[in-house]
Amino acid sequence: MTRTLVWVEHDGASIKDATLSAVTAAAQLGEVHALVAGHNIDGVADEAARITGVARVLKAEGAAYAHGLPENIAPLIAGLLADHDAFLAPATTTGKNIAPRVAALMDVAQISEILSVEGPKTFTRPIYAGNAIATVESSDARLVITVRGTAFAKADPTGGEAPVESVAGPGDAGLSSYQGADIAKNERPELTSAKIVVSGGRALKDAETFAATITPLADRLGAAIGASRAAVDAGYVPNDYQVGQTGKIVAPQVYIAIGISGAIQHLAGMKDSKTIIAINKDEDAPIFQIADIGLVADLFTAVPELAAKV
Amino acid sequence: MKILVPVKRVIDYNVKPRVKADGTGVDLANVKMSMNPFDEIAVEEAIRLKEKGLASEIVVISIGPAKSQETLRSALAMGADRAILVATEDQAEPLAVAKIVKAVADEETPGLIITGKQAIDDDSNQTGQMIAALLGCGQGTFANAISVEGEAVTVTREIDGGLETVKLALPAVITADLRLNEPRYASLPSIMKAKSKPLTTKSPADYGVDTTPRLKTLKVSEPPMRSGGVKVADVDALVAKLAELGVA
Ligand SMILES: Cc1cc2nc3c(=O)[nH]c(=O)nc-3n(C[C@H](O)[C@H](O)[C@H](O)COP(=O)(O)OP(=O)(O)OC[C@H]3O[C@@H](n4cnc5c(N)ncnc54)[C@H](O)[C@@H]3O)c2cc1C
Ligand SMILES: Nc1ncnc2c1ncn2[C@@H]1O[C@H](COP(=O)(O)O)[C@@H](O)[C@H]1O
Repeated sequence: MTRTLVWVEHDGASIKDATLSAVTAAAQLGEVHALVAGHNIDGVADEAARITGVARVLKAEGAAYAHGLPENIAPLIAGLLADHDAFLAPATTTGKNIAPRVAALMDVAQISEILSVEGPKTFTRPIYAGNAIATVESSDARLVITVRGTAFAKADPTGGEAPVESVAGPGDAGLSSYQGADIAKNERPELTSAKIVVSGGRALKDAETFAATITPLADRLGAAIGASRAAVDAGYVPNDYQVGQTGKIVAPQVYIAIGISGAIQHLAGMKDSKTIIAINKDEDAPIFQIADIGLVADLFTAVPELAAKV
Repeated sequence: MKILVPVKRVIDYNVKPRVKADGTGVDLANVKMSMNPFDEIAVEEAIRLKEKGLASEIVVISIGPAKSQETLRSALAMGADRAILVATEDQAEPLAVAKIVKAVADEETPGLIITGKQAIDDDSNQTGQMIAALLGCGQGTFANAISVEGEAVTVTREIDGGLETVKLALPAVITADLRLNEPRYASLPSIMKAKSKPLTTKSPADYGVDTTPRLKTLKVSEPPMRSGGVKVADVDALVAKLAELGVA
């Protein structure tokens, strides 16, 4: 029986959706054990125990594990891997930070951002900004994997009743300390799990214009807001709005790209959306080559009109 | 303090990669190659630290085919001092690259190692974290800003919810994100000068590292293709389409 260990991503209060996709991927490999690490995490551990498909919850309580510091957490996971055949983390910034450190400690070649499980050691993953899909087979004794959230269905967060057991690790490695975070409070749906995403690009001019143009439409549609790198670099919106090869990967029911040209690095983050809509004044913009519905128009007249009519 | 910067030669980010018809990989014949964009940012950051008097020497290293010399020369032209080419025809995986960089770091004892956050060809996003693991030092990944003070470095990181700040003891590994800085262009005189900067060639065996891939690539295929759909005439037609989709 293959035993897998899944990293439970949480903010101290609740579990992030990306974890549920990682549980689904792990269940395709074997029995799923969920690792909840942090400080004051009893509630999160109980939440993990209710996820359908989780057979056991391992709870590592301690201040050293509170902020996902990989220097402290990777040795904990490496220790637990003595009893597991695979470690899977969601391909979030936390998962991407921790998993390779675990892999190196275990002398394993990590498989990043898997899209599917093809066999006990065989997976598909995107390369070259998603312009190619590689099928790779691991030759290592253990697997270390990150899971692309949009590629796997979410496990049911209720219905399970796994036992919770405490585990201990080496604690604080003394290499790093958490200083603080600047996390914007966002009342909108979360970008990576929203059903509708409205994204703006460089054409939105500045932060005020971006907000005045994109927000009313997103409000009317109950949508999350995304952006191109150009819009983030220019300071229209914070970094965590970036969709793309090196930003967030989204696959909503409807993705509306406004004043975005459609560079391959942007497409890498949204081309698995169910329906893509593009509004751009340049009829030759590359975004129209993949958009299901295109509107060639000046966004500064079209978007307010659209917001008024939906 | 010395800074070590690993740089990778990859397909230029403006080129659209094409999958080879036989499914063995991506066609790189006659394709423009450049330094991985994140590695340019890493080199730039090292140069800025040196310009501020916080670093004494910048050593760049590339693991790859002989042509990676061009990538190293570009880094030297930007302002790095010295280069090491670890020549191999194998597609060195992040773990093997990390082992080589670790061995070089043992010899060079840098205070900081700055890598790119991700190579835009394999999109692994692993190497920096692996180097830190092997060296047993701290890692500041996806760096948006860094500041070196005494024996520590403070790193502001781009994370899913916004920004986070961590403090690491030196030596440490940093991985550069897009907004850490804007890399400079090398001037013609500095390109000329770079030709005479020292470049040493080594092999993985010199560092006792086996670069045979652990992951076997069984197949490389095209992703499902999307094709353009319809263009609508005006906002009313778009509203009608949205209504059909059940979102408006
Ligand atoms: C290493 C690397 C990683 C990257 N990662 C990402 C990533 O993760 N995500 C990402 O998005 N990009 C990424 N990029 C950047 C990418 O290459 C493009 O530069 C970027 O996506 C362009 O953003 P844009 O479409 O908003 O801007 P532009 O390309 O400038 O396009 C603006 C568009 O707006 C249209 N427009 C202008 N005015 C109007 C108007 N009034 N009405 C309607 N339309 C108008 C124009 O016709 C144009 O098509 C990356 C680049 C590199 C090198
Ligand atoms: N072959 C290589 N030679 C030098 N540096 C590399 C190599 N491969 C990866 N790197 C470094 O590691 C970073 C992350 O790469 P990756 O883990 O492959 O996404 C890159 O941005 C480089 O700084």
